[in-house]
Amino acid sequence: MGNDNEIIDNIANKEYEFGFVTDIEMDVAPAGLNEDTIRYISAKKNEPEWLLEWRLKGLQAFRKQQLPTWQNFEMPEIDFQKISYYAAPKSKPKYDSLDQVDPELLATFEKLGIPLNEQKALAGVAVDVVFDSVSVTTTYKEKLKELGIIFCSFGEAVKEHPELVKKYVGSVVPHSDNIFAALNAAAFSDGSFVYIPKGVRCPMELSTYFRINTENTGQFERTLIIADEGSYVSYLEGCTAPMRDENQLHAAVVELIALGNAEIKYSTVQNWYPGDKDGKGGIYNFVTKRGICKGENSKISWTQVETGSSITWKYPSVILQGDNSTGEFYSVAVTRNKQIADTGTKMYHIGRNTRSRIISKGISAGEGQNSYRGLVQVGPKADSARNFTQCDSLLIGDRCGAHTFPYIESKNNTATVEHEATTSKIGEDQIFYLNQRGIDSEKAVALIINGYAKEVLNQLPMEFAVEAQKLLSITLEGSVG
Amino acid sequence: MLIIKNLHAGIEGKQILKGLNLTVNAGEVHAIMGPNGAGKSSLASVLAGRENYEVTEGEVSFQGKDLLDMNPETRAREGLFLAFQYPIEIPGVSNINFLKTALGEIRAYKNLPPLDAKEFLALSREKQKLVEFDAKLVNRSLNEGFSGGEKKRNEIFQLAMLEPSLSILDETDSGLDIDALRIVSKGVNKLRSEKNAFIIITHYQRLLEYIVPDFVHVLANGRIVKSGTKELALELEEKGYDWLKEEKEQEATII
Repeated sequence: MGNDNEIIDNIANKEYEFGFVTDIEMDVAPAGLNEDTIRYISAKKNEPEWLLEWRLKGLQAFRKQQLPTWQNFEMPEIDFQKISYYAAPKSKPKYDSLDQVDPELLATFEKLGIPLNEQKALAGVAVDVVFDSVSVTTTYKEKLKELGIIFCSFGEAVKEHPELVKKYVGSVVPHSDNIFAALNAAAFSDGSFVYIPKGVRCPMELSTYFRINTENTGQFERTLIIADEGSYVSYLEGCTAPMRDENQLHAAVVELIALGNAEIKYSTVQNWYPGDKDGKGGIYNFVTKRGICKGENSKISWTQVETGSSITWKYPSVILQGDNSTGEFYSVAVTRNKQIADTGTKMYHIGRNTRSRIISKGISAGEGQNSYRGLVQVGPKADSARNFTQCDSLLIGDRCGAHTFPYIESKNNTATVEHEATTSKIGEDQIFYLNQRGIDSEKAVALIINGYAKEVLNQLPMEFAVEAQKLLSITLEGSVG
Repeated sequence: MLIIKNLHAGIEGKQILKGLNLTVNAGEVHAIMGPNGAGKSSLASVLAGRENYEVTEGEVSFQGKDLLDMNPETRAREGLFLAFQYPIEIPGVSNINFLKTALGEIRAYKNLPPLDAKEFLALSREKQKLVEFDAKLVNRSLNEGFSGGEKKRNEIFQLAMLEPSLSILDETDSGLDIDALRIVSKGVNKLRSEKNAFIIITHYQRLLEYIVPDFVHVLANGRIVKSGTKELALELEEKGYDWLKEEKEQEATII
């Protein structure tokens, strides 16, 4: 047992490896949230009137909303007036090539191991780097352009493709959806925009690395992905953030729209600063992610590996409107020290013969708390809808917790809804068994964890899967991961 | 190869092994028999280094090194293998991947380069054939959903793959039907050589009809109370263990 505990303590005490602050001149808006701030942001970005109006509607909605009380953790106090709602690097934000980018910024990416370089691009990844809210550099846009694919910052899309943005922004996550979505609608800084034209299969994984860098600056990205009829796109989102003493709010919104026969695969590896071992500092990751399978036979698949943030609170969801459409959710969430995760998904079956599949794997170590919360809703018209949910929890040590809150609502008696759940502990005897075959405890834990999470990791694009596997091992090093 | 001297060990303050002595040389097969609760499986656990056992006295030398000074993985890398009475299930970890990791660790310890994928697969196929292990089980998750017999056969397959110098079979025969018992025994017999040794822990004489031991020891009340050749096993089968309890007082035959 001693050995086990040692491993667990090691994990629990491991320092966050990516904590450092980059010293770059920033253009920071005065703290506070009011109409003036919103107008300041909108003006800074030279936005059209309709968008400003929409932001102001968001602000109104935000003022009317209350903070939720149903979550399985104590809501931290957030002073929305102390947050600065806009920060952009002061130096010119647009570059034609990497040579023009601030070397210190590049060094930061280097430290993070973000492969922002030609090799990576050649390997098939186009990277749109969002550095504190404003897109700094976009690679491989030209190549995508040839296929008619639009992959750019949200701000750029507003300027160059206003008709698309206007049509779809807020169509899946309305400005009044919830308090954090309303906040984002009002104050969103930047984000990514993707449009895949009819019948086009995007030839590479589109990838964005988000990074939070200015103290006291909440980051409010907005991502909008539209897959037109018969198209396909795989989108990767990965993040790390520097070490910080004060909590930072991160309230992003992601909207996915899949038209007939289109498929969107959205993968996330989230490794933001989780706070120190007492839970001090760390990111509040309160994100609204939702997709709609608008057309027949369309498909949306969410895959997430969540290892960071002090609180992760999100439910990437799918509205299955088109007949025969499919929604998937694959998740691994790791909590250690005092981290909290309250995550899961919502699947709304509206169209006929719609299918959904939910695979959730929670891993709790230290004093981490992990909740799975999932809603499967079958509407009256969703004949023969099918859902399968599997929800597993793995505990490391005896101070952590795992909780499961499944909600099933069916208004159609032809629907099939299945729910399976397990809770297990990494056993001393499992570790001893592997020890007895020559494998040390650390490797044993990594083997067990990766085996446990395999079903989800397998959903990630190959390159990402390897990184995620390493991340899991590093995150739980010594404990069980 | 293995010299156990005056070994005292226990668990949670309860003394189980009370001065056990045993010497095993290369090329030998030793059977350890005894009534339930005699300390047979505890002996296996102590030798493999299970943490919750505490050694209070005595010494164990394995190939000239102090075994008790090593952690469990080092013992394994040094060539000690325990075939578990209840093999553990590890979901999601494929049997073959697990073996590749294990073999890699053992080879690295011996400063040998890892086998490449082709060599490894060739070795795996050869050993599957040798111990008649079902190829379908090789790619499944480690012991997950295996029947009792399949788990035991997997232990022997692992033994064949890792080529330890000393193998301890902890009640490998328990829960096996006669066909599985025959296959497992055949595998072990094929793996016997002048260079390695086996300790076979069993409650019944039946297994020893298939794996013929060089020595048979009776373990009772934490010590070896009688040693002999394979005929001793037959005698035990006939008379049970009760007669030893009377003999024990004489403390007659300790090797």
